[in-house]
Amino acid sequence: MRRIGVDVGGTNTDAVLVEDGTVRSTVKTPTTEDVTTGIRTGLAELFGENPDNAAGVDAIMIGTTHFVNAVVQRKSLNRAAALRVCLPACATLEPMVDWPEDLSQIANGGHFLVHGGHEYDGRPITALDEKAVANAGRGMRNSGVTAAAVTAVFSPLTTECEDRAAEILLQEHPDLHITKSSALGRIGLLERENAALLNASLIDLSKKTIDAFQTAIAESGLNAPLYISQNDGTVVDAETARDQPVYSFASGPTNSMRGGAHLADIDEAIVIDVGGTTTDIGHLRSGYPREANNVVDIGGVRTLFRMPDLLSIGLGGGTVVTTDPVTIGPQSVAHRLTDEALVFGGVTTTMTDMAVAANLLELGDANRVEHIGRELARDIMAQAHQILWESVDRMKIDASPVPVLAVGGGAMLIPEHMDGISEVIQVQHFAVANAVGAAIGQISGEVDHIFRDMDRDAFLAAAEQMAYEQAALAGAAPESLKVVDVETIPLAYLPGRSVRVRLRVVGDLPS
Amino acid sequence: MASSGALEKPRQLSLQDLDALALGAWILGTGGGGDPYHKLLNTKMLYREGMFAALIDPFDLADDALVAVVSTMGAPLVGKERIPDAYHALRPVRTMEDFLGRPFDAVMSMEIGGGNGVHPTMVAAFTGYPVVDADGMGRAYPELQMTSFAVGGLSCIPFALSDIRENDVLITTAVDNRWVERLARSLTTEVGSTATICMAPRTGAEIKEHGILHTTTQAIGLGHAVLEARRNHLDPVDAIISVGRGLRLFTGKVIDVDRHATKGFLRGRARIEGLGADAGSEFTVHFQNEFSVGYQDDKAAVMTPDLICVVDSVSGDGISTEAIRYGQRVTVLALPGPDVFKSENGLTFAGPRAFGFDLDFRSVFQDESK
Repeated sequence: MRRIGVDVGGTNTDAVLVEDGTVRSTVKTPTTEDVTTGIRTGLAELFGENPDNAAGVDAIMIGTTHFVNAVVQRKSLNRAAALRVCLPACATLEPMVDWPEDLSQIANGGHFLVHGGHEYDGRPITALDEKAVANAGRGMRNSGVTAAAVTAVFSPLTTECEDRAAEILLQEHPDLHITKSSALGRIGLLERENAALLNASLIDLSKKTIDAFQTAIAESGLNAPLYISQNDGTVVDAETARDQPVYSFASGPTNSMRGGAHLADIDEAIVIDVGGTTTDIGHLRSGYPREANNVVDIGGVRTLFRMPDLLSIGLGGGTVVTTDPVTIGPQSVAHRLTDEALVFGGVTTTMTDMAVAANLLELGDANRVEHIGRELARDIMAQAHQILWESVDRMKIDASPVPVLAVGGGAMLIPEHMDGISEVIQVQHFAVANAVGAAIGQISGEVDHIFRDMDRDAFLAAAEQMAYEQAALAGAAPESLKVVDVETIPLAYLPGRSVRVRLRVVGDLPS
Repeated sequence: MASSGALEKPRQLSLQDLDALALGAWILGTGGGGDPYHKLLNTKMLYREGMFAALIDPFDLADDALVAVVSTMGAPLVGKERIPDAYHALRPVRTMEDFLGRPFDAVMSMEIGGGNGVHPTMVAAFTGYPVVDADGMGRAYPELQMTSFAVGGLSCIPFALSDIRENDVLITTAVDNRWVERLARSLTTEVGSTATICMAPRTGAEIKEHGILHTTTQAIGLGHAVLEARRNHLDPVDAIISVGRGLRLFTGKVIDVDRHATKGFLRGRARIEGLGADAGSEFTVHFQNEFSVGYQDDKAAVMTPDLICVVDSVSGDGISTEAIRYGQRVTVLALPGPDVFKSENGLTFAGPRAFGFDLDFRSVFQDESK
């Protein structure tokens, strides 16, 4: 199996060639404005010395932070209309009600609320008002909006209303691109609708970007299928990815965690990525990041969909430190570290300076931090270690010891020994871990469903079946599928024995 | 006391007050009552449209003023999908007014804890009725007969319940409050496990005698204290204790959570391992939707009707019994419970035995005064 993994970041585009799990060659090149040129350059360099390399490639996987950056920077978004199937319920909180003003002004393509939707037990709230849906479709067509999100009450349990509403919208407005909220999962109407609307507002950019990827691959002489990295560390084929840009939002940190774990050859670990300003901490189980169970903020929008559970704290190599009194952060010199830190001739005292003063790191001019004193520096480092340890401990799910995987530039901030941690592993060649994480992606399926009056074995089997079907639909080889994550939550207040089950399976690409 | 019929000095709640109310109500929810976020959003939206909510002191209510006691009933999970609708909150109030043949003078929360603490602000913004600075629980409790009005022997009928569809139900006669709870619970299930209710109208005199007073300003005060502490980089937990005249009971880390649903309730316990001054000790909080009893090293340390609040040790945010999980740094603190629940009669409604614990009630604040 020969695969190429590419990470298209804001600054650099990294490419790796992975053969049966082993990294054969790596390339780092600047990301270009048009994306295509950077990828083409990267691929050309990857094959440069041996053109035969291009021939036997089975798949190319690309991970990109392009779409989440577009939301955060409010760039390249299209207008998206909202159709909510809910009336007479949920009428007063309109779509985009809790979006930041600057974002909704760019993305708001009109709101339409119609009768329909379901109860938690599958009964309809009222019949779907098909006429009103058709009217909404005409309204969208007349206003020139070409993307829409359709959200029905309890659609994660039954997609009936969203499916029918989408059909009708397309009859009235054949050029409309529709995101169904049920395709993004998760119970929580407003937050699921927010995710669907973000997705719809990224559709034009998504088409453009994936087309650019495909052009770059074709121009590089590769004849391999393109897959795109997802939030959960799996991949989907390019056609599916085109319709679901939100599913790539967190692929950066996820690929970095998975790539790091692959390079260290472990699959259970707390992963700590220490950057200049922040430290991201995640939990890998069976090689995949644990998923967030609650609301995730994307550029000021509350969303609820498949995202990794990441704890981000304001501590990094560039974090500003004062010594009298002792304070650590939250300010940071960020990417200006090599100009502003004391050891680099600057005038700002940073965590990096403390590490040098404490003799834990050799970097820059150590004479410039001598005045701090080793005692005080060690004391401050111990405080930083304590902050980090508490955060690591928070990310664990129980008291049993797990290894810590240290990745990123500021790994010296990670103590060698921590309570509840079996060992601290430093990853070598981390620079291309993101691209490696992309290259090793598998395919997944997920369900989030409420079952009533069923035995545990029965509802788990039913959930497994649903997830298998989803993964098979996404192109996974059926015989390779296995369950990687199960969560069961008993539901108080609801009649009968109700239980909410979230279950995820992963499998290999067809070989 | 105010003269008959006149309502005096309502004070308009600012947007900052609403944020503080939601935050404080979440703390007073003692682990239950549901997230106030969507209701807060509803009221803010009405503010944007020029409809505001004002707060009135119960002592400024005329004795014969008529007050609507409102809340939502149902499953928190359903509320995440069938998100609260401000107009739906108004419906049972209108049903009750039709039945009574007269308009209300004010509106009040059945329980200040959780989302229902914010609930009356939606009705207030729509109707212009002021929100009475009081409630019937002083916190959140799992059943609707656990109110100070019920302890005072007042009936909760007539009782209005609204489905989001055109289904409005009015219970005009019932054997007792427990029957109302049973009937209302099945009706709620039938309409999709979420309904809005308006309980028996209360007069100004009844509220002054039996209500738990000034709990809205208590919640707003707690919320403001937390927000201010955060702004000034001070400890929000200290702020809660200081403003709420509470006691810090235990600080530590959650090491185990056992949670199961039985008979319509979320029951279980969370074990907390001591940190700092509490290192070497262990604290266990039991819950039935809300936190009910706390044990330190197997000795009963705190119990309802004292308020048992579990908050994030860093942010001061309330932690719900649904969300408490391994690894969280938490502080368990007690806030004084309403006196009405500490009487022999009150304890039968909300004392430890009402939650299945064979314990004689002993307040942590009693110990302090000795």
